[in-house]
Amino acid sequence: MARRRPPLRAERDASIHVVRFLLAQLGAAVLSLLAYLGCIGLFLGQSVGLIFIPPLKIRRVMRQVQFIGARSLLVIALTGLFTGMVLALQGYYTLTRFGSEAYLGPAVAISLITELGPVLSALMVTGRAGSAIAAEIGIMRITEQIDALEVMALNPVRYLVVPNIVAGIIALPLLGALFAVIGIYGGYFVGVQLLGVSSGTYFGSMTDFVALIDIRNGLYKSLVFGLVMTFLCCFKGYHTGYGAEGVSQATTEAVVWSSVAILVLDYFLNSVLL
Amino acid sequence: MMAEMPLIQVRGLSKRFGRQEVFKGLSLDIMRGEILAVVGRSGTGKSVFLKHLIGLIRPDRGQVLVDGQDIQQGGSRHLAQVREHFGMLFQGGALFDSLTVEDNVAFPLQEKTRLSDAEIHVAVAEILKDVGLEGVEGKFPDQLSGGMRKRVALARALVLHPDIVLFDEPTTGLDPILVRSIHHLIADTQAHFHYTAVIVSHEIPQIFDIATRVAMLHDGVILEVDTAARFQCSSNSAVQQFIAGRLEGPLTPT
Repeated sequence: MARRRPPLRAERDASIHVVRFLLAQLGAAVLSLLAYLGCIGLFLGQSVGLIFIPPLKIRRVMRQVQFIGARSLLVIALTGLFTGMVLALQGYYTLTRFGSEAYLGPAVAISLITELGPVLSALMVTGRAGSAIAAEIGIMRITEQIDALEVMALNPVRYLVVPNIVAGIIALPLLGALFAVIGIYGGYFVGVQLLGVSSGTYFGSMTDFVALIDIRNGLYKSLVFGLVMTFLCCFKGYHTGYGAEGVSQATTEAVVWSSVAILVLDYFLNSVLL
Repeated sequence: MMAEMPLIQVRGLSKRFGRQEVFKGLSLDIMRGEILAVVGRSGTGKSVFLKHLIGLIRPDRGQVLVDGQDIQQGGSRHLAQVREHFGMLFQGGALFDSLTVEDNVAFPLQEKTRLSDAEIHVAVAEILKDVGLEGVEGKFPDQLSGGMRKRVALARALVLHPDIVLFDEPTTGLDPILVRSIHHLIADTQAHFHYTAVIVSHEIPQIFDIATRVAMLHDGVILEVDTAARFQCSSNSAVQQFIAGRLEGPLTPT
């Protein structure tokens, strides 16, 4: 005699299917995330590795130093100047409450050298040069110029990515330092010329309080930001989607990712370095 | 009589992009020194086929053998060595738009040879003359017409005298006279340099004038491959429909 299947079984089967489906979706998402992270890791490894394996394309490096560095001078000078001026203005009114406006100089200098110089210059360069790097490499991808390099048995990473990363590592510390110097003079203008702190106090206390380690920390940060920003912009451009829309999305993502990465890394570098 | 070994052997190539199955076990032999035209409807994967030949895309299954060696075996260094034998003319030219015409053509010479700047200059002038372009050395790709850009790309593909040249729709978007002139250019340079040519083309019937053999790609396999003359008289109704461009027949206009 044939026994009927209890309905409970079918219900259980259905719920197992649902759980299985959800697990499969979750698994697929995790796997694709891992694959993407792996892709980033491999690309980073290849890019950094090729810096040390000759030949380094010196002429391209020089060109990119000029593009990332020299052509960012004006924007860095302007933002540095006004950042220093704002710092001095804010700092002065805060410090007078405690009667310690004599410390305006070191307050401005330390903020600029360890924090604002590296971070803001990296963010400005991301907006100005990083977007252009991502767009240029993205367009080379969709117009098959990267394929053309591969067909010539040349490594596109060596030609397109490595020079940008090296240029970023060279240019960003210099720009960060310049940002801080101009900012300190901006602070001098507001603090000393407009608000009446004495010039000797402004600079004198600065040399007492700013340690070499502050400058070193700022330099380390700029080096890391230079590497990460240029790498992410190259990565996004290199793996762009299709057509004009793909490139525009890659460019946007490059700038957003780089900016977020700079701010997140800034926190972690601070916690390690300080 | 033992047959000559094909220069390129494609064996059971399968490739899938997402849900779309582009190749379903495609096999094809390409003989040394021939001009093989690959024809077929748009979207059948002709460009993808060319990219498999040069290792820009890895097959899911199957092999591409060049001179009897699987190009995907032996890592990136081996693939780079194989690619030294290839030149490729991309659909859009793929010229480096930040470099002048002269620098574009000189680029492979600068990177792959030890020639001096003066020797490179002479070699570039010579190859540009071979493709019928003179006096445009200082221009940028964006300043050239479509036909001139294709010629520059051809010059760049030929400048290292490769054994095999892949053409991805070398004449698309050009007027009929330019089409014929590019075809003559391919035939002339092929006779001059003796390379093996694989041409993906939509130029029916002009392509039959220069092709040694014609292969038709359809539904993931090679539907028919034969000499240009016999291909045109093929008894396969799909081939006939394709050549004549008829709407009625086994191929549906989707």
